Amino acid sequence: MEYIYGVISVIGIEIIATVGLSVFTGFTGLFSLGHAAFMAIGAYTAAILTYFYNVPFILALLAGMLMSALVSFVIGFPTLRAKLRGDYFAIATLGFGEAIRVILENLSITQGARGLPGISHFTTLPVVAIFSVIVVWMTRNFILSKFGRNAIAVREDAVAAEMAGIDIFRVRMLSLVYSAACGGLAGGLFAHYLNFIQPAMFTSILSTQLTSAVVAGGMGSLTGPIIAISFFIAVPEVLRVANMWRLVAYGLILVLIMIYRPSGIMGYHELSFASFKNLFNRKAANQSAGGRRM
Amino acid sequence: MFLQTLITGLSIGGIYALMAVGYSLVFSILNFSNFAHGTIIMLGAYIGYFLISSFKLGFPFSFIGAIVGAALLALINVRLAYSPLINRKAPPLYLMITAMGVSIFLENMVYVTVGSHFYSFPEIFKQSTIKFFGSDISPLDLFALIFSFIAIFALHLFLTRTKMGTAIRAASYDMTVASLNGVNMNKLIGIVFILAGAFGGLAGVFLGVKYMVYPTMGWITNKAYIAAVIGGLGSLPGAVIGGVILGVLETFVSVYVSSVIRDVFSFSLVILFLVILPAGLLGKYLEEKV
Repeated sequence: MEYIYGVISVIGIEIIATVGLSVFTGFTGLFSLGHAAFMAIGAYTAAILTYFYNVPFILALLAGMLMSALVSFVIGFPTLRAKLRGDYFAIATLGFGEAIRVILENLSITQGARGLPGISHFTTLPVVAIFSVIVVWMTRNFILSKFGRNAIAVREDAVAAEMAGIDIFRVRMLSLVYSAACGGLAGGLFAHYLNFIQPAMFTSILSTQLTSAVVAGGMGSLTGPIIAISFFIAVPEVLRVANMWRLVAYGLILVLIMIYRPSGIMGYHELSFASFKNLFNRKAANQSAGGRRM
Repeated sequence: MFLQTLITGLSIGGIYALMAVGYSLVFSILNFSNFAHGTIIMLGAYIGYFLISSFKLGFPFSFIGAIVGAALLALINVRLAYSPLINRKAPPLYLMITAMGVSIFLENMVYVTVGSHFYSFPEIFKQSTIKFFGSDISPLDLFALIFSFIAIFALHLFLTRTKMGTAIRAASYDMTVASLNGVNMNKLIGIVFILAGAFGGLAGVFLGVKYMVYPTMGWITNKAYIAAVIGGLGSLPGAVIGGVILGVLETFVSVYVSSVIRDVFSFSLVILFLVILPAGLLGKYLEEKV
């Protein structure tokens, strides 16, 4: 039972990071290859605060979020201001992720590559559950707000959106900051769940996992990536496969999704009670219409 | 010391240029960054290594084998993974995601099948050094430097003197008009990838001999991508200039400043370049098309 709670906690933490990334990649249409860096910043900030300075857990988490959001300006401000092409931006984030790791490995307060052991275990299942529900709910509101609609407009056609009076830089920057803050929160929770962090945990493997979940789940859907990341974590746990096969599968999933269903599993749809109702209604409608169509 | 650093930098720059050419060729035609190119280079190095150490083919034949093998892999890659997307005119972002998927897939496939061992090429060049104006230069650096530039010059001749080369240059300006004038796009894309793959195989063997052969050696190719961006993606002379500049600067930074910050330096350099000069030194800057 303990083990299952653990898996569910990890899923909850990763959902927070994935939902953040889905705002940036799925809804704003910019690709990031370095989102693990934001998790790392959040994790280290929160862990250092509780470990060395005995700051209360909630405050430390908030500080981690704030730190991630601030650092996201460092990478976001120059690159988004210059309106880089999508793939240029991706390589910039890749470099950013690597740079953050090198910095963490060489600072003295992070204890370098050895990592920080003995962080207090504050992240219990209820804590994770509460935070992930709050973040998912906030993200839903964010997407339905004016900024969310602007973000979707920018994703669909940046030039047209700009002509309609949307400040592209502001929209992109805001969704980067939002996703960085989510990543920071997830990182802080992660550090206090595992009780140990080291820079090697936040490599491109983690970034790949998050990005694959967003692409596979559907760029333009919130529930899609949530389902995808849950599968990505739960299935290897159940099958007990080696870490590397998991990555082979991520690569294959990315290619197959792009070839056969570029909009992802959920497409632009959301999974909700209403959609279940629609599904049944459609089934019923199909059955009644089936005879004619044959 | 200075001259030695310069020559080492130039030879690394030559290898970067070889790899950057592959990125630029594909980008000039299809307008997307082929992140799978690094994995093709890594596989080329593996092919070269196994031909020379397991099959005892000797250096020249293993060298050719690696080039042919990498070219074929690049062709398979484009036919299986990219063609369905190109045919339905998918946006470049989708092609880029696919390329990343291919790269993650192949890299980890090597991990689980071949393993994460580091292989080193058997000694091909004697460890002795050549004295050159009082500094020691390894024969490998010199060979890589000269051979890289011969290969790139040959590519230049191919692109400017042959019919197919002219078609490739035409397609890099406008694919639609080129195909209206009777260029077989499918064949042309295949040839571009074969060329990129062949150069990747060449670079892979040099990298393998210089450093070692291991699954994540494709990481080095991110630098080659940076070189291509600095020179201007899509421009061949740009790729060469970018490669040389990056190779020399990086070597100087790691010798005179610190080797820890070498990679951070390269990535900061590219961000700086992208912000100030998004088109690179010689490239044409294309906004993502509407």
